[in-house]
Amino acid sequence: MTKKSGPAGWQEITTGCVVLRPGSASEYHTGSWRAQRPVWNNQKCIKCGICYVFCPEGCVAQSEDGYFKANLDYCKGCGICAHECWSRAIAMVEEG
Amino acid sequence: MNIVENFDLFAPRLINKKELLSSGHRACQGCGEVLAVRLMCKALGENTVIASATGCMEIISSMYPTTAWELPWIHVAFENAAAVASGVEAGLKALRRKGKIADRDIKVVGMAGDGGTMDIGMQALSGAMERGHNMLFVCFDNEAYMNTGIQRSSGTPMGASTTTAPAGKVSMGQKTWKKNMAEIMVAHNVPYVATACPSYPLDFIRKVEKAKKVKGPSYIHCFSVCPTGWRCPSDQAVSLGRLAVETGIFPLFEVENGKYKLSSEMPKKLTPIKNYFKSQGRYRHLGEDEINMIQGGVDREYRKLLNKVQCLAAWD
Amino acid sequence: MAKRVGMEVALAVAEAVGQCNIDMAAVYPITPQSHIGEHLSDLVADGKIDAEFVTVESEHSAISAIIGASGTGARVYTATSSQGLMLMHEILPIASAMRLPLVMGIANRAVSGPLNILNDHSDIMPQRDCGWISLFVENGQEAIDLSIQAFKIAEHKEVNLPVCVNIDGFQLTHMVEPVEFPDQELVDKFLPARVPFATLHPSKPVTMGAFSMADYFTEIMKAKDEALKNSKKTILAVWAEWAKMFGRTYKPVETYKAEGAEILLLTMGSMSETAELAIDELRAKGLAVGLVKLRLWRPFPFAEIKEVLLSAKKVLVTDRAVSFGGPGGPVCSEIKAALYNEKDRPTIYNCIIGLGGRDVTVADFASMIKKVAEEEANKNADTYEFWGVRE
Repeated sequence: MTKKSGPAGWQEITTGCVVLRPGSASEYHTGSWRAQRPVWNNQKCIKCGICYVFCPEGCVAQSEDGYFKANLDYCKGCGICAHECWSRAIAMVEEG
Repeated sequence: MNIVENFDLFAPRLINKKELLSSGHRACQGCGEVLAVRLMCKALGENTVIASATGCMEIISSMYPTTAWELPWIHVAFENAAAVASGVEAGLKALRRKGKIADRDIKVVGMAGDGGTMDIGMQALSGAMERGHNMLFVCFDNEAYMNTGIQRSSGTPMGASTTTAPAGKVSMGQKTWKKNMAEIMVAHNVPYVATACPSYPLDFIRKVEKAKKVKGPSYIHCFSVCPTGWRCPSDQAVSLGRLAVETGIFPLFEVENGKYKLSSEMPKKLTPIKNYFKSQGRYRHLGEDEINMIQGGVDREYRKLLNKVQCLAAWD
Repeated sequence: MAKRVGMEVALAVAEAVGQCNIDMAAVYPITPQSHIGEHLSDLVADGKIDAEFVTVESEHSAISAIIGASGTGARVYTATSSQGLMLMHEILPIASAMRLPLVMGIANRAVSGPLNILNDHSDIMPQRDCGWISLFVENGQEAIDLSIQAFKIAEHKEVNLPVCVNIDGFQLTHMVEPVEFPDQELVDKFLPARVPFATLHPSKPVTMGAFSMADYFTEIMKAKDEALKNSKKTILAVWAEWAKMFGRTYKPVETYKAEGAEILLLTMGSMSETAELAIDELRAKGLAVGLVKLRLWRPFPFAEIKEVLLSAKKVLVTDRAVSFGGPGGPVCSEIKAALYNEKDRPTIYNCIIGLGGRDVTVADFASMIKKVAEEEANKNADTYEFWGVRE
């Protein structure tokens, strides 16, 4: 959690505990769950975007040069992108 | 690998770029269900309100004081997502008619897992569909109560081992055939029923888009691979979904106003189910006889479906 | 001019709700509530109310559907009884945690088993801790007035909580009574359009019904408790405004001939009118007795209860439900809790009466009070009695 202060007191609880900040779950970085990380070999990449489509985290994005990469703040290292990449351009590499 | 055959090479260009379910959600590694939800949201677009049942997708996305949702979203309880969705639909309809909100088409979508749809949520769903609300209901079927720890549901397939129908010395695990939920929805005479799987993203997205356009109730039964509950590697969530389709275990079809149509993704010849079973821990205990028995059931159901497709493709 | 007519109370409740510009209602049939739902659907069918009437397949879906609609900003209503309320039970605390201003009419009826369709309070009492504002009415006029006030209280920006109006099944819902409907113009003035604190709409996406772990759950419960306690201020203000506009006064705790009474009888709901006759009879005989009528069940009016009860020597609390294996009746438990810290508190007696439609007559109330009068005030009054039970 990147929150600066501690959890709110009862008076700061939003009415009905409604969450008014869409997409705020992104404050939580799931990247720390990862044991392996995907590494793209752009020489093999055909820019089809399967890795982007099949990422359960929605954390694979296309760069301006047309190649793809994962946002490692969120990538959980599931390996779907590597498994599905038909040109085998993605390798899962051990973390740490 | 024949993905390219079935998959447009430039898929990303055809898919809505905007993520309506943000990263940072707490789904397990390789969750096929959250992938399906993410793709569904892309197909639905921003003019959507979602009513979710309790379940994996609810707890992983809405940890107070944060949310992964970029769409208006409401959760009330486990069994009532369809009832809540029907209320949202009725509320928006009245407010729009009375000029209290802007005159704008908003699609209301109910969503639940197999338990929240086929077991505890069945009554509320049946009621909502029968009443004809303008809403889509999507069942994300991962074939057991995964959120509570892999207990069997009526969506659990024959032979699968779960924590409440475990394989043991005298048991092969689940001893019942999976409930055919899509057919139950067809029996409600709703205008549009489809089965889908995120392993076929363009087919899935197209079906959601079609359901969205229906003025009235529609239902999509979405196959969602659960690596945690099925005890399979997390990188196989997509390939296993594909195998489920290729084996005929989870055939893709649509029923539009009672007319059946097999999706183009279905192969001419089915793959034996043992290819699908082998990487899943939940089937590991099955012997040859049991697999053959299940293969018989899968074949029988598939023939039944093909018959319907043949006989009910056009009838009026 | 306010219209004075003779009407069945259930229909009058539906008419009153119809005066409130509701947007959506979801009702499932159950005796003795059904006439409310039927008449509401009549009003919708005749175009007298511009609302969606959703004919749900259960009470569970009724409460769920009105939550969904309320989430969009709509003004919503449902009504139920007994088993229907028990089926809704799971959803009631969710509605209050979500701070949605639902309004529900309850035609109070005994809870099964055995199955019984007649009146007592065993349906509402198990809902006590669900975080709803809970009001009791005594007659048809009160049923009309409180059904309208309920929307204003529920939707008030300081409140945002669900409200239930308890109307005794059959004994009240099915009585034809002379009632007066407030002028529509005045109702419109009294009850402005709802201003929701958040709505389910793509123009500003919000998440309702989020999941909370231990880090926030206690704070959320505290916020809900404070909101419910704090709602009393608004309830009092709404009643003051009502009195000014319509001339009828409402209080959390009301009294009848309680001045100088040594024995106070406490009732809730429609039996209060019978109890009043017993008080008249006993007062005529020279007994210093009076009646206390509890209107506001939640938030519980501790200060008001103390104010009226502390002057008496004995208090006879009647309950129309049983807390099995517990201290007797749930109302009596609350009264005892309210008075426990007071040094000169009265002795409390508890009679459980009128279960499952059992008639309670003027003579019954008179005998109950006389029995209490004859007992020496002591601390052995921790017992309770099923009044009139056959041995």
